[in-house]
Amino acid sequence: MYQATLVAEEKLKKYMKKITKNEARHLLKQMMQIRQFEDAIMDLMARNIAEGGSHLYAGEEACAVGAMAAIRENDYITSTHRGHGHAIAKGGSLPELMAEILGKETGVCKGKGGSLHLADVSKGNLGANGIVGGSIGIAAGAGLSIQLRGTNQIVLCFFGDGATNTGLFHESLNMAGKWKLPVVFICENNLYGMSVSVERACAVNDLTKKAVPYNMPAECCDGMDVLAVKDMVTKYAATARKGDGPALIVCNTYRYYGHSRSDPRAYRTKEEEKSWRDRDCIMAFSRKMQEQTVLTEKEVADLDKEVTAELEAAIDFAIKSPDPKPEELYRDVYYEM
Amino acid sequence: MREITYRQALNEALSEEMERDQSVFLMGEDIAVYGGAYGVTLNLMQKFGEKRVRDTAISEAAIIGAGLGAAITGMRPVVEIMYIDFMGICLEQIGNQVAKIRYMFGGKTKVPLVIRTEGGAGRTLGAHHSQSLESWFLHVPGLKVVIPATPADAKGLLKSSIREDNPILFIEHKMLYNVKGPVPEGEYLLPIGKADVKRPGKDATVIAYSRMLYFALEAAKRLAEEGIEVEVIDPRTLLPLDMEMISESVRKTHRAIIVEEGTKTGGTGAEIGMQVMENCFDYLDAPVLRIAGADVPMPKSPVLEKLAIPDADRIYREIKKLVS
Repeated sequence: MYQATLVAEEKLKKYMKKITKNEARHLLKQMMQIRQFEDAIMDLMARNIAEGGSHLYAGEEACAVGAMAAIRENDYITSTHRGHGHAIAKGGSLPELMAEILGKETGVCKGKGGSLHLADVSKGNLGANGIVGGSIGIAAGAGLSIQLRGTNQIVLCFFGDGATNTGLFHESLNMAGKWKLPVVFICENNLYGMSVSVERACAVNDLTKKAVPYNMPAECCDGMDVLAVKDMVTKYAATARKGDGPALIVCNTYRYYGHSRSDPRAYRTKEEEKSWRDRDCIMAFSRKMQEQTVLTEKEVADLDKEVTAELEAAIDFAIKSPDPKPEELYRDVYYEM
Repeated sequence: MREITYRQALNEALSEEMERDQSVFLMGEDIAVYGGAYGVTLNLMQKFGEKRVRDTAISEAAIIGAGLGAAITGMRPVVEIMYIDFMGICLEQIGNQVAKIRYMFGGKTKVPLVIRTEGGAGRTLGAHHSQSLESWFLHVPGLKVVIPATPADAKGLLKSSIREDNPILFIEHKMLYNVKGPVPEGEYLLPIGKADVKRPGKDATVIAYSRMLYFALEAAKRLAEEGIEVEVIDPRTLLPLDMEMISESVRKTHRAIIVEEGTKTGGTGAEIGMQVMENCFDYLDAPVLRIAGADVPMPKSPVLEKLAIPDADRIYREIKKLVS
């Protein structure tokens, strides 16, 4: 079994001491938002209210939330087919995202993108992608644009373990490595590309090795620990921002649901699923925050209730929103010059 | 008016747009130090520096992907894919990402990206360096496909393409780079999506583009000597197609012939011909005629290569048969 290289315990403890109530609340709330968002979609799919596919991020929340906490509002991200978490953590509005997943007019992409194409360029989210690895080149290009425009931004490029076997991954990392582009590549290694495990798909199991030919540092981090992710992304966001080039971070994590709604998960064991759920990022973080007396039990419970109310409102908004009008079919194919 | 080559016209367009707009930059294989496989970007690196004229690794997918990423974050990239035959390597990025991103994002982004490439036979380079694949891209809503034949059109359309806020596939022809013609100096812009009557006539409408325009004009000249006046229209942009001008001409001449270098089945002629049927059926005195490349991989043999694509003589003979 491929295991995470954990960030040194000592370093983490130091971090814990620095965390404020506000930050703890923010991180916990975003993780809860994503979890409840995904659980809600599972429910909406079961009731056939949400049609079509959805690849759920539940289990991986610490990756998106920790990473986004390490960057600035005007930084860019590129996302994946499992992109709801990234969109929420990058400041997306829950009602607009939910409406988009239901294909409604009020959706963030006017109901034309859906789950696989959640994007909000105005918030720096350059988009989820229906193609595994399909947005890695876009991330390199956004990095090149930053370098050419001479702004102080960076790009976080999210993708999964499966994407590291695609050609565009290698072409883009080579480009970023050669040109020292300000891109932090974040591999969310959830151990399976649909059903095929990293062990069965990759010639090397240690995915950090894939950065070696592209002359950039690479490190593993515990993707179930929001502070570990934040710490790691903070470190490489700073080097990228300074102009010292890209890095690859491999966050070891796990998706609780199957690849998509039709997945019976025959390729993995109940024991394996339990071992990851025992390390659940929300449970672990709220427990730690209570141990550290940053948050009280009541505060955590209140936060949970607050998020539940937000989600109920978002679902209500999405369900009640109108479908796109027929004349929308031909709109936005081209920009009208 | 001064005469320059198609290659010089393209180079001039790039140079002028780079001078005018700092957000324009070039990226591709062998375009900087070497000046482009066909010399289109010659001396631009010396003029604008290595930052704005960038040699890349041989990574077609990343060239397109990075062009797109730069385009949606404030730049106006002009990227080059050396041969249209290499499009398969980056087709995912063009077809799924570049062309669709605006629509998928609900119109919240613009994609000012130009993808320059060249195609066509004539240099006996075989099946991987001689194809005319423009018809592949007619099936991609969100993209515009520009394919100039004359040096003036090359300049005017490339300048407009760079200023366009939509992704453009700009297809040049390897056998046209040395063709000379009058080209206006300085600011010269042509509208994208507008066809041009290259020779007026009344007996038939010949729709021909890229290198085939020259063969069609040669055939038209011979036909004129025999009293057959064909109108030759260069669509110049294949997507969107200027059906208004084409229909107007066909309604006048009552015959339509499409000449293309690409293979016949599923080609440009199939699309244009069908649109002629939809728009001008009642005006047609003869079936729409397609003169196109043979449905074969492009052979190396110079003799077979010539047979694989239409030439002026074949165009002359087929039109004569249709009109007589």
